[in-house]
Amino acid sequence: MSVLLIAEHNNKEVRPFTYNAITAASQINEDLHVLVLGHQANEVAKSLSEVPNVKKVIHVDNEIYENYIAENYTSAIIKHAENYSHIVSSANTFGKNLMPRIAALLDTSQVSDIIKVISEDTFLRPIYAGNAFATVKSNDKKKCITIRPTSFDPADKSGGSAEITKSDPAEASSSTKFLKKEEVKSDRPELGTARIVISGGRGMQNGENFKLISDIADKLNAAIGASRAAVDAGYITNDHQVGQTGKVVVPDLYIAVGISGAIQHLAGMKESKVIVAINKDGEAPIFSVADYGLEADLFEALPQFLSELNKLNTIQK
Amino acid sequence: MKILVAVKRVIDYNVQIRVKEDGSGVVTDNVKMSTNPPDDNAIEEAVKIKEAGKAKEIVAITIGEEKAQETVRKALAVGADRGIHVKVDNVIEPLAVSKILKKIVEKENPDLVFMGKQAIDDDCNQTGQMLAALLNWPQATFASKIEVKDNALEVTREIDEGLETIEVNVPAIVTCDLRLNEPRYASLPNIMKAKKKPIEQINASDLGVDINPRIEQIKVEEPPKRKAGIKVASVEELVQKLKNEAKVI
Repeated sequence: MSVLLIAEHNNKEVRPFTYNAITAASQINEDLHVLVLGHQANEVAKSLSEVPNVKKVIHVDNEIYENYIAENYTSAIIKHAENYSHIVSSANTFGKNLMPRIAALLDTSQVSDIIKVISEDTFLRPIYAGNAFATVKSNDKKKCITIRPTSFDPADKSGGSAEITKSDPAEASSSTKFLKKEEVKSDRPELGTARIVISGGRGMQNGENFKLISDIADKLNAAIGASRAAVDAGYITNDHQVGQTGKVVVPDLYIAVGISGAIQHLAGMKESKVIVAINKDGEAPIFSVADYGLEADLFEALPQFLSELNKLNTIQK
Repeated sequence: MKILVAVKRVIDYNVQIRVKEDGSGVVTDNVKMSTNPPDDNAIEEAVKIKEAGKAKEIVAITIGEEKAQETVRKALAVGADRGIHVKVDNVIEPLAVSKILKKIVEKENPDLVFMGKQAIDDDCNQTGQMLAALLNWPQATFASKIEVKDNALEVTREIDEGLETIEVNVPAIVTCDLRLNEPRYASLPNIMKAKKKPIEQINASDLGVDINPRIEQIKVEEPPKRKAGIKVASVEELVQKLKNEAKVI
């Protein structure tokens, strides 16, 4: 029994959730191998070989793996699948796009978005936007699993020295073509892994007002999130969306500003360690999950919040 | 072009979910049911493509118990031309759904299959990708923009880092994100007209595919509850609590 983890990376660096997925994968079985499909991604393979939990790295280098074309990834993964009992990846847009394609070809019923490994075939996963937890047992011989990265700590990154083996590419698809990626560059921490997240909702009223949020984010070294309503209204881009159909975040501190707290939004943040809600509607559902609720007009509260933060001698980074 | 759109009947997104006391699932009796929200976006997009003169026929399909037909009827009321209802008695897994859809695709020969990116009940996010694999068709998941070209689609996808644009040759599978469009409401005359549109009923057992569950649901439980919090009176108090009590800043 061995586990094959599909690494997510940008050909230069390992994407951070891969390390969380490594933790979960090695809880399934310690014989964990990592597959790196990439173009000139030697550094990625090398970094992963240094992760103590990783026993072997398989590196396939070809230009057809420069971007995450699910069709190209799938044919390469299927080539290696027979040696493994489990194939796993992160349950982010990378793994969500990819894993079902693999599972169907292996005639396996995939277990999506697990938050706990109970045994090699039994897992805990949220359903109904996290309003229920299901314990499920997979009876397929080969198991395809995606892992909710924020439910597992990232694995240690150094101290290991796994063997790196090279492998040949599989065939490329001619019916899917990558055209472009519009990546939003930011100096702030990534939303998925930030220690502090401050999010704005419909109450922000427009995109310019998000400046009030970004000023505080700068002060706290926080990532910026948003409710679906704020993204739909065009206040901020989709990569900021927290919720059932956006990102799931579990920061030490989550500050929800002008967010009412629809079920769909709570699904993405209610596991945060400390939750603050700032909302002028005292009946807003967000207060039911908040550790600290402030019933106030955000346009007065946010500038005050910043000036109170400025008074502090030290702020944890 | 012909577009097949798959829709699913789920507990309405506004309903507060209750877990059954015996741990066998969630309460569905006397609970409001609706079309899975991104499936509405899938139907809307198909209708827009037809209105733009780029598609000739839209077929809406659902798989489920008798009442699942309501979702097909709703699709017919906003512009689908005819419906298919594949009857199953129990809840089936996405792998089984994609096997049934494959059979229907082989019979109907659509150029495109649209569906929502994820059902909000089991939150699996699998069916579209699985169907694409079984058909060996290209997939464009989490679509927030679709441009129809000659024998191809240019699709903008919502991904964690931002947006990605790919081109897929037709035939293709597209799974739709909530920002793809604004689903329209059915007008009363169109609801009446939809009642006359045909819905073909097929028993899943007649399709000759294995839809037996592979995953055992051992138990369903409520997630751990958060301890009740407090209201603070001022921003100053909030910052002091975060600094000295919660120790997070």
